[in-house]
Amino acid sequence: MLKRLIYSREGVLSIIVLAMFFGVGVISPDFISLSNSVSIFNDTSILIMLALGQMLVILTRCIDLSVAANVAFTGMFVAMVNQYFPELHMSLLIFLSLFIGALLGAINGLFVWLLKVPSIVITLGTMSIYRGATFLLSDGAWVNSHQMSESFIGLPRYEILSMPVLGWMAVAAIILFFWAMKFSVWGRNFYSAGGNPMAAFYSGVNVGKVQFYAFLVSGTLSGLCGYLWVSRFAVAYVDVANGFELQVIAACVIGGVSIVGGLGTVVGCVIGALFIGVVNNALPIIGVSPFWQMAISGLVIIIAVIANATSGKDKARIILRNPNANDEIRAN
Amino acid sequence: MDTTIKKSATPDSMFTSKLQGLLRWESFLVLIVFLVCVMNSYLSPYFLDPWNLSDATFNFTEKALIALPMAMLIIAKEIDISVAAIISLSSTLMGLVAQMGAPVYAVAFVGILAGAACGLFNGVLVTRFKIPSIVVTIGTMSLFRGISYILLGDQVVRDYPDGFEFFGQGYVYWVFSFELVLFAFFALVFYWLLHRTTFGRYTYAIGNNPTASYYSGIKVDKHRLILFTLVGVMSGVASILLTSRLGSTRPSIAMGWELSIITMVVLGGVSILGGSGSIAGVVLAVILMGLVTFGMGLLNIPGIVMTIIVGVMLITVVSLPVLITLYKNKKAKAL
Repeated sequence: MLKRLIYSREGVLSIIVLAMFFGVGVISPDFISLSNSVSIFNDTSILIMLALGQMLVILTRCIDLSVAANVAFTGMFVAMVNQYFPELHMSLLIFLSLFIGALLGAINGLFVWLLKVPSIVITLGTMSIYRGATFLLSDGAWVNSHQMSESFIGLPRYEILSMPVLGWMAVAAIILFFWAMKFSVWGRNFYSAGGNPMAAFYSGVNVGKVQFYAFLVSGTLSGLCGYLWVSRFAVAYVDVANGFELQVIAACVIGGVSIVGGLGTVVGCVIGALFIGVVNNALPIIGVSPFWQMAISGLVIIIAVIANATSGKDKARIILRNPNANDEIRAN
Repeated sequence: MDTTIKKSATPDSMFTSKLQGLLRWESFLVLIVFLVCVMNSYLSPYFLDPWNLSDATFNFTEKALIALPMAMLIIAKEIDISVAAIISLSSTLMGLVAQMGAPVYAVAFVGILAGAACGLFNGVLVTRFKIPSIVVTIGTMSLFRGISYILLGDQVVRDYPDGFEFFGQGYVYWVFSFELVLFAFFALVFYWLLHRTTFGRYTYAIGNNPTASYYSGIKVDKHRLILFTLVGVMSGVASILLTSRLGSTRPSIAMGWELSIITMVVLGGVSILGGSGSIAGVVLAVILMGLVTFGMGLLNIPGIVMTIIVGVMLITVVSLPVLITLYKNKKAKAL
């Protein structure tokens, strides 16, 4: 049992994350204090939630490049609603962010489901459309912290058991996803739709519909994260979360979610996101200049995927199987 | 789709096949390009001025140079989203070499060499470790640009040798800029490579069925490696042009270009699933996108609104054929 745990992808990954965490702790003991650990988790919460949504999409052999643009649009939208109607209740604003996110996700999903258009093309398009729409909405202006209401900014910061609500939201999302992906038919369908679409079709799974759900969930989470992002940084502007979609995908990939679909776990995905979170938080502490950060994260992604690609090689290798057999299902 | 197969037995199939030939993607693009020209010249009196048109080519030729090999790469079922980062790294290295006082040709050579090395690196990772290219290039995208940041920080390099500005600003003859002529030249080269050589045939074969190609003796991995390197080389070339045109290098150069380049390729009728597409289509898509942006620029439409229009164009263009097929099938069923 223990052996299996250690040799699993999640096991290896968590050992690496812990090693990094405590390694930095040797240099600066404050890094491993409880309050700092909580703040690292809190910092990574948005990435975790987006990565969970992206995982569903990647499981079904699609990819969602529009998440960051969705975050920017929804964030701007709720920030502006808050700016002009500061008396609106927060629950309404959160509902609004979920709804708009879901709507934007559904647009992606409908194209993929009904028209069977490759998701990479659709989300490439909607990515620039949503980002541009954010500009049209705000006319390029910023919504600054003094234009937002107290509760709008305060909610994700409100501490329960010395962890902010933002962190608790991520915890809730992880538990919900863990349960859904492990024990509900709805969640298992994502695996079957991506693992073998033909078999899934013949066993009565509507693959297109499952893909639509994946985009819907990814969009809904992006919408929520839009509000969280804007309120956390207390500013909304057009370039919010620019390029963040790649970090989200990287978190999934590092966490062992296979880009060709059907393979990946919630735990892996979360650890993948924490991996990025720990790296990002540790670099300034060990005195690495911010200019190195990008190259290091790129290198880390490459090493992680190489490790992933080579780790499963000796298992279940069919003789005479062409090493490129996977290619037929690639490029989705 | 099967309705068209059934129909081919009927006498009017001759007509339909001819019609379908006319309705090819490229002809459709020609029509749109024509319409955009008419509309633009109607909207703005400055559109048809040859010098203005020539100026307009500058904002797409650099991307277009990369779109050509990218089309071949996508036809072979791979993708490279690190191209903009390759531009940044090549430009940075050129800047550093130029600061050391290297002559023009050495600087340009370094640019191409850096691009080729980056492309080769992508290719090795994809072929050697069997990792999907989209994942590899997401990683190398931050790696390459990250190295530029390490090397330059927040510096800007401006001291390029005399004569370097010709690549991005010079004219070969009358309104024909060096960039435009170079693009025309490479368009012909890639047309020849994709449509007239075995290398091109193999590219289609690999894109249609990698396994079958492998068993019929095509060196699939070597082929991919060459294609990735080719994309890298052309990114290096584009980097020379861009650096020379801007006259400066900074790590954030060419941010977000990968998406417009892929848009050009997809707009040109290259299937993102591999196996089909043509250079002519890509060239037309490039011209179309250039004209549309130029026209919108004349109308003072902000850049970010243009990205919306490009996004809408992209989605419409890929969903239109599907919608038409669905409509046809429905009609066939009703009969």
